[in-house]
Amino acid sequence: MEKIATRNAYGKALVELGKVNENIVVLDADLAKSTKTIDFKKSFPGRFFDMGIAEQNLMGTAAGFAAAGKIPFASTFAIFATGRAFEQIRNSIAYPRLNVKIGATHAGLTVGEDGASHQAVMDLALMRAMPNMTVFVPADATEAGKMTMAAAEIEGPVYLRLGRSNVPVLYSEDYNFVPGKASVLRQGKDVAILACGIMVAEALAAAEELEKEGISARVLNISTLKPLDTEAILKAARETKALVTAEEHSIIGGLGSAVAEVLAENEPTPLVRVGVKDTFGESGKAPELLEKYGLTAGHIKAAVLALT
Amino acid sequence: MSGNVEFGELRRISGQIRRDIITMLAEASSGHPGGSLSAVEILTALYFQEMKIDPANPSWPARDRFILSKGHGAPVLYATLAEKGFFPREELLTLRKINSRLQGHPDMKKVPGVEMSTGSLGQGLSAAVGMALAGRLDNRDYRVFVLLGDGEVQEGQVWEAAMAAAHYRLDRMIAFLDHNGLQIDGKTSEVMSPEPLDEKFKAFGWHVERINGHSFPEIFAALEKADEVKDKPTMIIAETVKGKGVSFMENQVEWHGSAPNEEQTKQALAELEQEVL
Repeated sequence: MEKIATRNAYGKALVELGKVNENIVVLDADLAKSTKTIDFKKSFPGRFFDMGIAEQNLMGTAAGFAAAGKIPFASTFAIFATGRAFEQIRNSIAYPRLNVKIGATHAGLTVGEDGASHQAVMDLALMRAMPNMTVFVPADATEAGKMTMAAAEIEGPVYLRLGRSNVPVLYSEDYNFVPGKASVLRQGKDVAILACGIMVAEALAAAEELEKEGISARVLNISTLKPLDTEAILKAARETKALVTAEEHSIIGGLGSAVAEVLAENEPTPLVRVGVKDTFGESGKAPELLEKYGLTAGHIKAAVLALT
Repeated sequence: MSGNVEFGELRRISGQIRRDIITMLAEASSGHPGGSLSAVEILTALYFQEMKIDPANPSWPARDRFILSKGHGAPVLYATLAEKGFFPREELLTLRKINSRLQGHPDMKKVPGVEMSTGSLGQGLSAAVGMALAGRLDNRDYRVFVLLGDGEVQEGQVWEAAMAAAHYRLDRMIAFLDHNGLQIDGKTSEVMSPEPLDEKFKAFGWHVERINGHSFPEIFAALEKADEVKDKPTMIIAETVKGKGVSFMENQVEWHGSAPNEEQTKQALAELEQEVL
């Protein structure tokens, strides 16, 4: 299976957006080569602004651009975007509902060797709690590209969570991404695995393994974490016996929490959350980290077996 | 829109704005009088002479912008906008009340004429950088004015933005620093001195002017110089008196964030009437 990093698709999509929309501007904080905004910089140097290693000002400047009618994409690593500049996102962007797109790359443990200082495992919790924020988590490069295009069409702030590592391409180009809609990637009746980001591919692999053991697992890609597709979640809960969530993020505040909230209030259903267990990560290769912190197809499978 | 307004007329307007500040804070029973009163002449000069604005068309793309970075000075901004006709003056009495457009700190989505939501300190200068860069991209020559507090510049983001404004040579960006010398915990020089401010902003690549922030001639002279400066943003450090115009509030840190009671309001308004006569 072909593997492409979601950040690469983001960089390419920005160039496409730049061609068709003069109002698109791109800001970065000295990470253009890593976030892939460098593609846009090369194509449209007059509309690219490096703000240096100053993420608070990056977000504040993006807010000013939006207030003047531009559609700024502000990029840096997810850890700095949501941590360092949380307060600027809150007061200067989300509160006035300004049209800023946050392209946050290197999210999750798979940033790898840089270690815990650079691993964003609570960014979704922070952005999901933010009023007015739309939160996208692409499962692959195809979806990342389509989400980038879709973000430009949404009036208001969008958080786009992107990864560093190459991940399997799951969708073909004819995939129709609809903001706020989950997509069913595999039908099943015993259990439903609700995943986002790189864990969608792991969920599909787990479902295949489970089938060999006679367990029919449905797989949903919950790629819009906010607004959440509660209908799809409740449908999965009603049509199967148990749910497992899987995310490259803390089990606190992200997809697992969001699903638990929906189930608890509407359709109490057995649930196991696969994710980072309230801990910081460490240095290591991406696959080693996913194994050590319990984020593989094997861990999803074990979670399903524990429920059934 | 610059030119013929007499300073006498500006003084009349600033007197009205001061009385409105006191009246609205008294009605709200909370809010920040000190840092509102210290900035009255700066806002009066900008809104009633300097800025290209149209209250009937607050989102006119070519307008000059003003960002109140020290958002707790909301009363002086609201009183100025109302006086200028952006919304009815009676609405000032809804300040800080439930369902009002006039939030404790300015909300750009609620109030016509408010260009940026502020209140969490240190963020306005960055927004101005974005607006000024956007203006340049659009080949518009509008100016972006900002008002910062002297305590506010303790926030690190201010210096990130100061660096960026100079780096991008934003000569259409003009900031005022309301140098009243006081912040909540006491004298700015004792809490966490930001001095020497002139040298700091010069070192960051800004053109710096220092003026008496209550003198219209000095404010306009500094603005004239700012307009002549090319390739650099301008910082106008305005020496001001916190609580200016109300004897018992002047230079008293206690009046940073508390509203006058009925008797104090009466006295304040009486003093402010006197001043205009």
